[in-house]
Amino acid sequence: MSTIRIGNGQGFWGDSVDAPIELLRGGEIDYIGMDYLAEVTLSIMMRQKLKDDRLGYATDFVNFLRRVLPEAQERNVRIITNAGGLNPRACREKIFEVARELGVRGVRVGVVEGDDILPRLPELIAAGHPLANMDNGESLAPIVGKVTSANAYLGAAPVCEALGEGALIVLAGRITDTALALAPMMHEFGWAADDWDRLAAGTIAGHIIECGAQCTGGNFSRWWEVPDLWNVGYPLVEAEADGSFVVTKHPGTGGMVTVDTVSEQLLYEMGNPREYITPDVVADFTSVQLDQVGPDRVRVSGIRGRENTSTLKISASYLAGYKASGEVTVSGPRAVEKAKLAAQVVWKRLERAGVAFTPEQRTEELVGQGACLPGVFAAPDEPPEVVLRLGVHDEDRLRVKRFGKEIAPLVTAGPPGVTGFAGGRPKPRRVVAYWPALLAREQVEDHLRVSVEEA
Amino acid sequence: MKPRESTSTRRVALKQIAHARSGDKGNASNVGLIANSAALYAVIEEQVTSDRVLAHFRGLHVTSVDRYEVANLHALNFILHDSLGGGGTESLITDAQGKTHGQGLLELVIDVPAELL
Repeated sequence: MSTIRIGNGQGFWGDSVDAPIELLRGGEIDYIGMDYLAEVTLSIMMRQKLKDDRLGYATDFVNFLRRVLPEAQERNVRIITNAGGLNPRACREKIFEVARELGVRGVRVGVVEGDDILPRLPELIAAGHPLANMDNGESLAPIVGKVTSANAYLGAAPVCEALGEGALIVLAGRITDTALALAPMMHEFGWAADDWDRLAAGTIAGHIIECGAQCTGGNFSRWWEVPDLWNVGYPLVEAEADGSFVVTKHPGTGGMVTVDTVSEQLLYEMGNPREYITPDVVADFTSVQLDQVGPDRVRVSGIRGRENTSTLKISASYLAGYKASGEVTVSGPRAVEKAKLAAQVVWKRLERAGVAFTPEQRTEELVGQGACLPGVFAAPDEPPEVVLRLGVHDEDRLRVKRFGKEIAPLVTAGPPGVTGFAGGRPKPRRVVAYWPALLAREQVEDHLRVSVEEA
Repeated sequence: MKPRESTSTRRVALKQIAHARSGDKGNASNVGLIANSAALYAVIEEQVTSDRVLAHFRGLHVTSVDRYEVANLHALNFILHDSLGGGGTESLITDAQGKTHGQGLLELVIDVPAELL
């Protein structure tokens, strides 16, 4: 194949449910990548799997396939996703069930396993792998009992293997977002696993499209220039064997693809631009050349990469107490003063009840007074209203629950003009915190399994 | 900070000469700042230092700022350490992912040669 078209139809769990349908039906496309896993999504899936061993994957993905499977098979549009979560085999069974319901035969579905290292944590720690937190250096051992999920980021290689065995759909758990785009290029063009420049090119293509509409006009600084944002086209790359590619979108969709929209996305969630590390390669973003080669067409070329690292990133999560937040709207004269008084009232009543929170455990924001960017904008002196938002975090669920009971009384036992309290008492929510770590590559790769089955 | 110069420069907010996007990285946010031209990139590169960005975001209790140059995109990338009230799921603040920090940086005012405007 000379040019392959790879799109992204889902930038994160919670993204538009119609976007991947529009991407499939809006024009020519060969591959669709879909991302369903945020950093702590796997811990939610772990709870689902513990309750029912047929769950633990992104059910949204199955709902999507129910709408498009016959069409995807007929046009041979292959779909790669991390929707398998912690239970890709159960996800495959469900897809086969849907295929039977739809009367579709011969669908080959690949499953990638080996990213889930939770059952192996004690053995790994005992063998001298500290899995130290990359942010603060602490070792994992003391909190290992609180860990709710632990997954290695996998790269493109196992996905490539499943494609090689003819999978129409590839279900993985924790793979990098960039692998969703890189894997089809490696598969179609036969790129070697040490062809660093090309692997970097496919990786950067994946980075550009991994957040869906963020490279086609979504979240763009000059939003007033973006046409028909409501109908924004999700992105696709037209990839060439030499590693160059064009970022574009289907004809007739809204949004825009310009050097500026692509540049913003290149820098999104960027650390050191010379060292973008994935399991596949170390990509150098300072090598990227962008050229507008037509309307809604940006050519990307010149990309350089370096040898991949000897470690893989681990994404673990652990229970870190509970939190709750609640808000009321305060309107009328001296709204800001009244909102500040209302906050004091809440904290003092909690203190009287023996449930004091330290300044580190609580937050108090006046939305409308520059809460998001304190000190950057001058706060208005006499706004017609402000939103008072209060929150707490504590190890003890009951203390957090007690906080939730202290918001509603502000309506009758606080200053005047307090309204907008319709959602009920804020409930304690479990805090599942993120623990990034590194692990020797072979400790993961020796356990990888790829299986492709047909129904 | 560079002192105000003669009639040949104007005080302008970055939003008039650049665009930006931000996101989270643990308990840090990053802001990618992209100049509207190569000439404006040179001006921004000289004046928008890590120290100026740190001072601009003092209200967020940022502890330090790293800066990377991405000249091929006419861009600078800033890492704002400890800007997210704990980061990720632990944070209680509204903008726990730093989504607005790019919009905030565009409010920073610098001196720009009049002929570039």
